[in-house]
Amino acid sequence: MAARTVSAGASAGSGRRPRTRWLIHILLILSCLVVTGPIVFALIKATQTTAQVLSPSMVPGGELWNNVKTAWVTADLGIYMRNSLIIAFAVTLGKTILSLMAGMALVYFRIPFKPVVFGFILLTLMMPTQVLIVGLFDLVSKQAPPTWVALLSWIAHPLAPTAYGFNWSNSYWAIIVPFLASATGVFLFRQHFMSIPVSLADAAKIDGAGPMRFLLSILVPMSTNTIGALAVIQFVYVWNQYLWPLVIIRRADRQVVQVGLNLIISTGQDTEWGLVMAGAILALIPPLIVFMLLQEQFMRGFALSAEK
Amino acid sequence: MNEGTPVFKSRMTGWLLLLPTLVILVIFLYYPAVQSFVLSMYRSNLILGTRRFIGLENFRQLFTGLLAPGYRQVVLQSMVFSASVVILGLAISLAFAMLANQKVTGSRFYRLLLIWPFALSPAIAGTIFSFLFNPQVGEVNQILSRLFGIAPRWLDNPLLAFGLVVGAAIWKELGYNVVFYLAALQNIPGELSEAAAIDGANAWQRFRAVTLPLLSPMTFFLVFTNLAYAFFEVFGLIDILTKGGPVGPSALNLDNAGLTTTMIYRLYQDGFGGNGSLGFAGAQGVILLLLVAVITVLQFRYGGRNVHYGGG
Repeated sequence: MAARTVSAGASAGSGRRPRTRWLIHILLILSCLVVTGPIVFALIKATQTTAQVLSPSMVPGGELWNNVKTAWVTADLGIYMRNSLIIAFAVTLGKTILSLMAGMALVYFRIPFKPVVFGFILLTLMMPTQVLIVGLFDLVSKQAPPTWVALLSWIAHPLAPTAYGFNWSNSYWAIIVPFLASATGVFLFRQHFMSIPVSLADAAKIDGAGPMRFLLSILVPMSTNTIGALAVIQFVYVWNQYLWPLVIIRRADRQVVQVGLNLIISTGQDTEWGLVMAGAILALIPPLIVFMLLQEQFMRGFALSAEK
Repeated sequence: MNEGTPVFKSRMTGWLLLLPTLVILVIFLYYPAVQSFVLSMYRSNLILGTRRFIGLENFRQLFTGLLAPGYRQVVLQSMVFSASVVILGLAISLAFAMLANQKVTGSRFYRLLLIWPFALSPAIAGTIFSFLFNPQVGEVNQILSRLFGIAPRWLDNPLLAFGLVVGAAIWKELGYNVVFYLAALQNIPGELSEAAAIDGANAWQRFRAVTLPLLSPMTFFLVFTNLAYAFFEVFGLIDILTKGGPVGPSALNLDNAGLTTTMIYRLYQDGFGGNGSLGFAGAQGVILLLLVAVITVLQFRYGGRNVHYGGG
């Protein structure tokens, strides 16, 4: 009796009764349908003619290329995609570099009041951009101070309403520069560097390696998982941003693809749903590629450490 | 751990490495946060560019003045919305992750299908759902009217619209939650469950007594990331799907604001949509900042309790 229970428990899965196995398969197929159903729907509708799109038909058509081309050229999807790509790559690269530098400073350098500095960085985790847009809007959109005197008097009065700003509305800078620093990134790199034996850094120093050599030839190669994980998180986050670009970018040819989708929906009298679905599918592809390529690093560098 | 033994002595280089991060954080996070407090005490207009100091008048308006009934409703429905998204979303995600963790043929394929929506955005989810549930040309109503002769007004009926936004928000976040739950499940050693099985525990007992406690650190992490998602990131989904509407039923005293207007959507409407009163938006930003602060403090206070950290 006991022996039978043990073997049943130990070989969970392979030795299971066929009925249980079938049930698991059916439930798995159902959950995959829930998760992928709406995307498959969008994909099929993106291949149909306008008449088919408005009918309940779920038979794939031959119009995919035409829908993609029309969305890309006529509905400006190509411009939105280009804008999003530029911004997402710039922010991901910048965030990774800045976080690497800050993480290195916090672990390998003598910094006075180090815990205070680290706390000051971590505190920004409590400031979601969406909540800050009111203050950020003035700062980013207002005219630049005309003279040095104006600049200094502005700096001297941080508690007065913002008088001048960066004059960046409608420019890429507005959606790149405010996001270049990352508390999550600094935190992840600091944790990772602290787990690297200090003897390695000592050895590098004895060999005459300066901080720059140490960073590039030892820390970076040893941090591929953390770098990959951070790249996935940041790329997906920046690519999917909506509220800030909606508020600060008023010119359609500078808009990002997430807001662009809404512009395609509301163009003209009747929404061209076939084009919109093609746009939704295309807008999903870049972050999906990044996630699929760096999935292993993401799992090892972040998902598994999130619970610790 | 090598804390406290700096390898490089140069102070200059250390500060130079930190400088870019600190400068960006001060200018683009701390200063706007301070400015939210400042603007909340001004009557200011986005379009006219006027600024006049009025003290706490904006807050008074939101709590007891003319705007109070609407804002109270928005706060209430934000809470209900977030709680629904977090609780239902995590329960469904855990079920899916448990299924994906089973050793059956093709499990790699199933897993791939279940985790890819990690990359999905709220705006794309909103776009697809607004076509799927479009009252006239949407697939759902075309099928429903053929089979049952009904065509529910998904986007005009307040309760249906609320349910639809909750459903779409949960659907969008499934991939994210399954990725993390699956990673945590794969970290649980199989012997524990087997030992419980030897002691005669059935599947449900093993789940309650072994799996669920071992997952608690991950659940704790996901509750907070999902709360942040439900409060702030869902904005794009709401903007595309319902634009915060429709107005709730007066019978339930919910006719002071759109039923799918969350706190962040209201902030946007007041500050940037139409009347452009940045003061009210600033005051709402301050309220949200304080809310985030309270939740963070709770997270640190109760972080250790009821949470099982395996192995230390």
